[in-house]
Amino acid sequence: MNSFPIIRVITKLLIPYILLFGLYVQFHGDFGPGGGFQAGVIFAAALILYGLVYGLPAVHKVAPPKVIEKLTALGLLVYAGTGLACMLLGGNFLDYDMLNHGFLTELPAALDFLPGDKPHHFLPEGQHLGIFLVELGVGITVTAVMTMIFYAFAGRERVTT
Amino acid sequence: MTEILGLYNYWIVIFLMMTGFYIVIARENLIKTIIGLNIFQTSVFLLYITMGKVTHGTAPILKASHGGESHGVEGHGADHGHELHVAAEGHVDLGVDAVKEVYSNPIPSVLMLTAIVVGIATTALALALVVRIREEYGTIEEDEILEMDRNS
Amino acid sequence: MMDFIVIPILALLAATAVTVARIRNLWAAVMFTGIYSFLSASWMLILDAPDVAFTEAAVGAGITTILMLATLSLTPRRQRKSGRLSSEDFEERPSKSPLVPLLIVTITGCALVYGTFDMPHFGDPNAPIQVYPNPSFVEKSQPDMHGLPNVVTAVLASYRGYDTLGETAVIFTAGIAVLLILRKNTDDQSSSESQSVTGENA
Repeated sequence: MNSFPIIRVITKLLIPYILLFGLYVQFHGDFGPGGGFQAGVIFAAALILYGLVYGLPAVHKVAPPKVIEKLTALGLLVYAGTGLACMLLGGNFLDYDMLNHGFLTELPAALDFLPGDKPHHFLPEGQHLGIFLVELGVGITVTAVMTMIFYAFAGRERVTT
Repeated sequence: MTEILGLYNYWIVIFLMMTGFYIVIARENLIKTIIGLNIFQTSVFLLYITMGKVTHGTAPILKASHGGESHGVEGHGADHGHELHVAAEGHVDLGVDAVKEVYSNPIPSVLMLTAIVVGIATTALALALVVRIREEYGTIEEDEILEMDRNS
Repeated sequence: MMDFIVIPILALLAATAVTVARIRNLWAAVMFTGIYSFLSASWMLILDAPDVAFTEAAVGAGITTILMLATLSLTPRRQRKSGRLSSEDFEERPSKSPLVPLLIVTITGCALVYGTFDMPHFGDPNAPIQVYPNPSFVEKSQPDMHGLPNVVTAVLASYRGYDTLGETAVIFTAGIAVLLILRKNTDDQSSSESQSVTGENA
């Protein structure tokens, strides 16, 4: 792909927006369409696009395979860990109501000078926090697995018969 | 006529499903078989999503409401009393704007959402197996592979 | 009004599926599969499932196509001496008589169509799927979730949290399995590299 300047330039222009859109889909998934599965795939699509245009060594520098392998497990651990945290706080597995906390849920008095509408929830709590963490776990796992599968296919050499 | 209009979605889905089925059983190329399975799978997604649609409904994303009180009601059949109750409450809160929203069913969406991502994971696994088969046998045609297995 | 959008999409879906079944060039078949996924995503959007449409467009039209193309590039029918492959190297062999499969498919399809006559009509608000479980869970979800409006996310991550944990585990397992199948060569390489590095150190 090195000999196609248009593709290289357009890719460089597009990738930041794809990543930004992935983040939006991930963290806005409770309010609009979206969530961990979609965000993970979009993130992986950005990495795969980079790998297709600039070659496998370039994308290995951005997202090293060793890190990606660990991230697959990390996402699942974040998910299961959220459930276990709920158990440790005295509820059932994945009972997010246990995650209620009083820390910074309202706007602190020190920030009263800020103009405009005051945010209703300053930090998410309870169900919102639980859904946030769980979707984060799903997003990490899906991104990592999709990228890892792409690495596995792209790193394979064609056999001659 | 109403029969046709009410059911044509299912018939289209069945047509797509059977096309995928045909590819799976009639073609002997392994990649073509996986493509057939994919088409079959997508038609199953479409079947579920079709069943979840409610006429004049909208996507199951509730309208922002005041104080966490929802005015969304989905479906007409089951709990008429409750529905009227909510609608009346909405009338008090919002006046003219309290038109009852009808939402399509979110449950098929949830089921298919996870199914799609699991589907790509299993497809990737199948494709990886195809790559390994090509490396071992030198072909991805099913009958040639079976022939080699018989001769060995 | 919506019919003017729906009917062409459905016609294109059917045409694309038949083309995939008939075409023998595998590259073209893979590209048509991507188109098929994209068309079905459009239809899902019309059927009020934006989350699913989103996922189908990203997964079906994006990642699946790329993975299939990667597989194709690894599995040509024969290797040319020059190293460059043409599209002929990715053609299926002509299939045998399609009569028996066609017969099976027709019979199965007719049986399924016969089954649809008992189905609730499209968009019927009193269909069993809309009435059971009690639809009021949609309105209850907002106080339950502290006002998060997307019911699909609420059901996915909270009400059916166990299920989604299982799905995530399935994806994780599939990723590990692909690595186990495809990563043999690179592993050997890295282990031999590490051996040589330790050999130099010694």
